[in-house]
Amino acid sequence: MMSLNELKEMIEKELGALAFKVDSEAPNLIIINVEAPNLFEVAFKLNHMGFDHVKVVTGTDYPIEKKIELVYHVSSYTNIDLAKVIIALKIRLDKSNPKVKSLVKIWPSAEYLERETYDLVGIIFEDHPKLERLLLPSDWDQIPPLWKDFKIKTEGIDA
Amino acid sequence: MSEDKFMQVLIGPQHPGSGHMRFIVKMDGDIISEFEPDIGYVHRAVEKIAESKRYIQIVPLVERPILADTANINLGYILALERLLGIDAPPRAQYLRTLLAEINRIHSHLYGLGIHGIMIGSSTIFMWCFADREIWIELAQELTGARITYSYMIPGGVRRDLPNGFNEKLSKAIAYMEERLKDYEKIFINNPVVTARLIDVGIIKKDDAIKLGIVGPNLRASGVAYDVRKIEPYCAYPEIDFDIIVRKEGDAYSRVLVRFEEIKQSMKIVKQVVEKIPSGPIINESYLKLIPPKLREKAEQTGIWKMPAIFINLKPRKGEAISRVEAGRGEVTHYIVSDGSPNPYRFRVVTPSFRNLIAFKYTMPGHRLADIPAIYGSLDYFPPSADR
Amino acid sequence: MVFSITRSLKSFGKFLRRILIRIIEKRPIRDIRDWGISYSLWPAHFTTACCGAEFAAASAPRFDAERFGFLPFTSARQCNVVFIEGTLSRKMAKAARMVFEQMPEPKFVIAMGACPIDGGIFWNSYNIVLAHNILPVDVYIPGCPPRPEAVARSIMMLQDKIKKMGGAKYDELK
Repeated sequence: MMSLNELKEMIEKELGALAFKVDSEAPNLIIINVEAPNLFEVAFKLNHMGFDHVKVVTGTDYPIEKKIELVYHVSSYTNIDLAKVIIALKIRLDKSNPKVKSLVKIWPSAEYLERETYDLVGIIFEDHPKLERLLLPSDWDQIPPLWKDFKIKTEGIDA
Repeated sequence: MSEDKFMQVLIGPQHPGSGHMRFIVKMDGDIISEFEPDIGYVHRAVEKIAESKRYIQIVPLVERPILADTANINLGYILALERLLGIDAPPRAQYLRTLLAEINRIHSHLYGLGIHGIMIGSSTIFMWCFADREIWIELAQELTGARITYSYMIPGGVRRDLPNGFNEKLSKAIAYMEERLKDYEKIFINNPVVTARLIDVGIIKKDDAIKLGIVGPNLRASGVAYDVRKIEPYCAYPEIDFDIIVRKEGDAYSRVLVRFEEIKQSMKIVKQVVEKIPSGPIINESYLKLIPPKLREKAEQTGIWKMPAIFINLKPRKGEAISRVEAGRGEVTHYIVSDGSPNPYRFRVVTPSFRNLIAFKYTMPGHRLADIPAIYGSLDYFPPSADR
Repeated sequence: MVFSITRSLKSFGKFLRRILIRIIEKRPIRDIRDWGISYSLWPAHFTTACCGAEFAAASAPRFDAERFGFLPFTSARQCNVVFIEGTLSRKMAKAARMVFEQMPEPKFVIAMGACPIDGGIFWNSYNIVLAHNILPVDVYIPGCPPRPEAVARSIMMLQDKIKKMGGAKYDELK
């Protein structure tokens, strides 16, 4: 059995300078902040450690800072110790040019999750096997719907 | 080989074997050479709408996409929210949550089994499953007041206490179901037509299952003993004894068997829950304080609680939380980013069906066209939950 | 010569049709026809959203919609009811319209759930279409999701409507 802190230290040692901040949050979350160019290498190392699948890929828009945060939540099926934690791999991209190298080659399970993120948040994943519209109609021509500047009606008087 | 050899077949969305989605299938004679699921026919933007809603209003919203398994998806959302709020449910509420989650798992599996049955031409099993599903729906209705959209879990507890006479009805239902499952074995599981259509069809090997990140019974049928109820026990599961059903074959038939055996395990859990359930309040004391004493006395007598007004303006701390829950079809992951306001900044839910979607693309090629419904049904895919 | 014969045959055929329609539209025969239509309502297998779970329960043994002559069928070309089961997304709305257009007359539309009425819980979504914008809906079922009993009631209401107002529309023949 490995505690969360031990695992955190292990990851810090493994990644070295590639990750600029590693946090842990009870009961099961370890957050790794990475610079965008290092993402592929960090993912490769994590996969090597035994984190074998992606659970969630999330893009979050921060309009004031003009950034889009991309989070990969990864965990393990094979290693029971690692399966108990979830790793959040975070990078920040410029909203004007949200481009990042796809991780499908490392984690094939990210294929549809990345494609959905492209569809709804507008992040472009380079080297993705099929980067096309998934959920939205193919003739969608507005800005990505999960951006904060895409307004929908809300409840209330001024709706 | 020329391109002309291949024929493109479009199946769905108006097709009994496709559900609410379309398959773009490239055929080489009768063999599938490429399979591309085209989803998004039920995309209703749950994640975007959630940003415009209060936290408590999201409880019914997350249920809608995964209508056959609402209790479990709801539970996942509530667990993530409770992590942000820093609040916990009392023991009795934990047991009640487990009870509803398992009842829901049983009727969700029966739903899947019935749909799979009719897809491969066995109408009898559809009729039987959907008839017996009503028993569990009726029980859940007794507990929560709704047929399938329960909204039973709320932050810090559950909405209602056990009704009178529930235990007798439950033990009756379990006794009946155990007898029925024997009939199911005779007419479906051991039926030579069914075995001929399912055995060695749609094999997902263990390595592939891990690589593709498949979840739920589909993963366990491929030999991976991964169940969130054991890996990261939530609610009352740490105190309850049950087995993870694992099979090695990874074909369509083993996926059916895993679901079938899980119905038995769920009944085992439900039995233990009603035996072990402790007495006490069903909502966290910090919320109960806010109810006026007279109303509280009345609620304790009737067992029906009126929620305190604080629920409208729940303000979790700034930060993020992730939760995972084993739903009927597999692991549900909820990810909430909060900025301290009453609305979530970003709400993300990844449903088991969406993660199983990738299995279509990589399992179907190499099979015959007629195997599509057999594999599709065995994956227990529920399109609205994938599209959200 | 040949042309004039075919033309006269055609006009004779048209004349015969008109007479037949007039006879069918007269009272006892029309009632029998509408009675027949009202008990053979076949919806196409076309699940548009999550209400399909309750629709399936309505067709299953406990609620048994087949006792009203209501049997989901595979091909749209042999069906006469579009049963909109829940939300119509933009992608699905195109398909729903296509399914509706494939059906032979007389055809009916039942819209199930709150979403086709005004959007329901998804009222402010960017990807939904209201049913009355694309299809002529005969019966709405409110609820989110409606109970199977409500589905049975909607079928009975549609039957009443057919019996009272007449099922068939022969506009294109006249």
